[in-house]
Amino acid sequence: MTLSKRNFMGLVGAAAFALSTVPATVMAFEPTKPIDFVIMAGKGGGADKMARLMQSIVEQENLTNRPLVPTNKSGGSGAEALVHMKGASDPDHTIMVTLNSFFTTPLRQPGLGVDIMEFAPVGRMAEDTFLLWVHKDEGITSFEQYLAAAKERGSDWVMGGTGKNSEDNIITDFLNNNYGLSMKYIPYKGGGEVAKQVAGKQITSSVNNPSEALGFFESGDMVPLVAFTDERLPMFPDVPTLKEAGGDFSYFMQRAVVGAPGMSDDAAAYYTDLFTKVYNSAAWQKYKSDKSLMGDFMAGGDLKSYWDTQRTRHEGILKASGAIN
Amino acid sequence: MDVLASLIDGIFVALEPMNLGLAIIGVIVGLFVGAMPGLGSVNGVAILLPFTFVIQSVTGTATSPMIFLAAIYYGAMYGGAISSITLGIPGASTAVATTFDGRPLALKGQADKALVVAALASFVGGTISNVLFTAFAPPLATVALKFGDPEIFALMLLAFATFVGLGGDDIPKTIFSICIGLVLATVGFDIVSGEPRLIFFDITGFSHGIRFLVLAIGVYGIGEMIWTINSSRYGTTMTEVNLSFKGIMQSVREFPKTWKGTSIGSFLGFFVGILPAAGATPGSLMSYGVAKLTSRDPKSFGKGNVDGIAAPEAANNSASTGAMLPMMTLGIPGSPTTAVLLAGMVIWGLQPGPLLFSEQPDFVWPLIGSFYISNVIALVINLAFIPLFLWMLRMPFTVLAPLIFVLSLVGTYAAYQDMFDVRLMVLVGIAAFFLRLLDYPLAPAVLAIVLGPIAEPKLRQSLLFSDGDFSIFFTRPIAGPITVVAIILILLPLFKFVRDKVRG
Amino acid sequence: MRKAEIVTAFLLGIMSLYFMWKSGEPPEWNPDVGRFANIGMIEGEGPGSGFWPFWLSAIMFLCCIWIAVNWFRKTSPLSTSEEPFLDAYAIKMLVLVGGGLFGFLILIEIVGFYGAIFAFMLYYMVVLGRHSIVQSLVIATALPVVSFFFFDIAMRIVLPKGYLEPLFIPLYDMFL
Repeated sequence: MTLSKRNFMGLVGAAAFALSTVPATVMAFEPTKPIDFVIMAGKGGGADKMARLMQSIVEQENLTNRPLVPTNKSGGSGAEALVHMKGASDPDHTIMVTLNSFFTTPLRQPGLGVDIMEFAPVGRMAEDTFLLWVHKDEGITSFEQYLAAAKERGSDWVMGGTGKNSEDNIITDFLNNNYGLSMKYIPYKGGGEVAKQVAGKQITSSVNNPSEALGFFESGDMVPLVAFTDERLPMFPDVPTLKEAGGDFSYFMQRAVVGAPGMSDDAAAYYTDLFTKVYNSAAWQKYKSDKSLMGDFMAGGDLKSYWDTQRTRHEGILKASGAIN
Repeated sequence: MDVLASLIDGIFVALEPMNLGLAIIGVIVGLFVGAMPGLGSVNGVAILLPFTFVIQSVTGTATSPMIFLAAIYYGAMYGGAISSITLGIPGASTAVATTFDGRPLALKGQADKALVVAALASFVGGTISNVLFTAFAPPLATVALKFGDPEIFALMLLAFATFVGLGGDDIPKTIFSICIGLVLATVGFDIVSGEPRLIFFDITGFSHGIRFLVLAIGVYGIGEMIWTINSSRYGTTMTEVNLSFKGIMQSVREFPKTWKGTSIGSFLGFFVGILPAAGATPGSLMSYGVAKLTSRDPKSFGKGNVDGIAAPEAANNSASTGAMLPMMTLGIPGSPTTAVLLAGMVIWGLQPGPLLFSEQPDFVWPLIGSFYISNVIALVINLAFIPLFLWMLRMPFTVLAPLIFVLSLVGTYAAYQDMFDVRLMVLVGIAAFFLRLLDYPLAPAVLAIVLGPIAEPKLRQSLLFSDGDFSIFFTRPIAGPITVVAIILILLPLFKFVRDKVRG
Repeated sequence: MRKAEIVTAFLLGIMSLYFMWKSGEPPEWNPDVGRFANIGMIEGEGPGSGFWPFWLSAIMFLCCIWIAVNWFRKTSPLSTSEEPFLDAYAIKMLVLVGGGLFGFLILIEIVGFYGAIFAFMLYYMVVLGRHSIVQSLVIATALPVVSFFFFDIAMRIVLPKGYLEPLFIPLYDMFL
């Protein structure tokens, strides 16, 4: 292992990039050691892909003087990651990429003693979207046809999703409760596996994120019926939102970076600045539009109040589905 | 021949100086990362992923970074055999089966032979799977899609069945070992019910489950080492290796004798590898089991039979190429490493999926070409480094032993950056030493913790699907035959046992 | 060996019972669900979350009974073995090696991995291996240095440093 990334980057970096940004202002905080970059999910999922993209952008544009060191902590639906953050010995060098389990896991496992409001609001990078997918061989092209078919087949209509009581489960419960359906829900390990089950006709439908189903969408195997967003997605202009179809429901997946509880204000400002630069980079913007992500950058007090709304909302949803008391 | 022309073009692109250089560096990096206990191909590719972004901006294509990562993947598959053979610690789950015969052969003073067989079998396995990949990638992807939950469960059952004969002579202790492995595999978060399970003494560390590496390094690194120290009483247990060029050439010439193990591994490994969720580990385990079942001399397995090295090594390389198939054509990673590769492809702006082959030929064919090239590079480099790895075995035992302890602890930490794992690993190791003294076979437990986490959710997902009806495993066209064969294989030794009891 | 065999079987039996008890644990947030509600087949769903671990642990328990029966009937090789389980040499070895490993674990908390590697190698080579001090010092120093460059610098895997962390800050300045 004689390979030094920095040296190599130094050699090719100058030639390849003119946009290398060095912070002009003197920061009150500079990391002095490698930054612990926790990912609240396993390898290969949406959160992991995004975290690794962020890390790549930081490395490529040389945005920090110390590297981000990613570690996946997926245990207990994110419980392991939350506990790790809570007990971080050096909160100024510990940040985490979160998803919606950031709201649901502390609600479902109160024994962890985690209060998400103690985390530092570094920045929300995007909101991932959900669509309803079926296999093209079902011959279904609209939400109305789907409702009719699903109602007729009852529990023979199988919906797959990522884990029990997860985002996918919440949406499935919503559809079952509000449209008089009794679809069966089967939990799988990851979104990619769910999409494959639909493409292989092992299950009937799914509520994958666009990034997970894109390959099968392009090949025509999977058909999107409805988007759980407020406005139509630019990538799927012909797919109506659920609101257009008469339902009052939208649902997003938060993709945010948070700092460990106890992080100093200077450090939080440093990371917010860092991730603002990542957010504004061409690579991030391209990824965001390619994968049909929504949501603008948000940090500080705005992000905290966003968390507060989301937490209240999830508490209501989980209570309604009987996943918490 | 359209495919052949594309392949030849692809090989030429892969031979461009930049791509060739990246492949060579990748293979060397992979070889060392793979040889390190605890670190496997997944660490190699994950750590160098950000670096590939730089490569991409220099070369302007996604092909070069992918060639680099694929070379690391290949190198690590070769490297995994090295610690299995020389140190007796499987560095990654894919190399577990290699320890069964590789280690005994090394103890007999034939570590050079074991390493040569492993390298050549890896090469043959890798090449055969490359040919299969080149010729049949798109149709095989549809086969992979046909494997739903009941099929994968049936396959896991078959994997277990090929291993029934693996335990020791003491039947209750063997069953105990299998069961404890399967139980420990359920520790942690249960995706089907969404609840944590078996969090012993409510320690948070158990919430991520008991990782395969914790058990494997504990058993083989710590437990086995203490046992060796105890039984050798500070004398050397290992016969000195006579290192000579002639010896290595001799082993190369004798390699064709392992044709059977190698071919079983190459084809079975590839087929199991292309199934999403299965991956290289069950592939190599099943190949070992089948090689043993079909051998004329099954008793010599586990005592240093070269077929027992060739089969799993051919299989794990073959399966790694196979695992690329669902990743590229379906966008489904079959292993943690392909998950990272998938993340990479997305970062470089590619969309894996059924259309990748037709829409991105400039990416696909040079990559496939590089598989062939990397395989040759990996073989040459591996053979060249064999003397270095053998030199490690010549260290005085009182230096080698603490070194293995240090590698076990550091390796366990490095794999997941979790101190809890390290502490648990040491405890497992000490418990393993006591159990070993009392003739409890531990290999079944290690296998069970690999297969259990795949088998249990697949069983439950299948039954959710069928409303709890077990006939789903028998009535589906693919699952049915596999289940029946697996059950027969499991019952055979039982019949033999009962028959012997009745007669005796 | 004879005594150790039955004691181990007994301890493993207790462990199996604990596993069974733990498998049936109800979810923390829901007091309405009783213990062992999840170990059977749920109507229309298949096995509950405790099914697999509970029944496998039950098989483990039965195996322990089987081992004990073999012991009473003296049909297994170890149940008639007169050899001591651990002789004086083995006990001494276990205390020195096992103790060294636990020391290693404790030292990681205090002086981090690199300090602990140094101390452990030195201890093992001098005390157990009877190598010369100079030789031991060379290897015990070289190993953490090589590891630092391999893990922290090349692989970007940051090993814990305990109270020695401030010493590494200048190294990061130089190499990262």
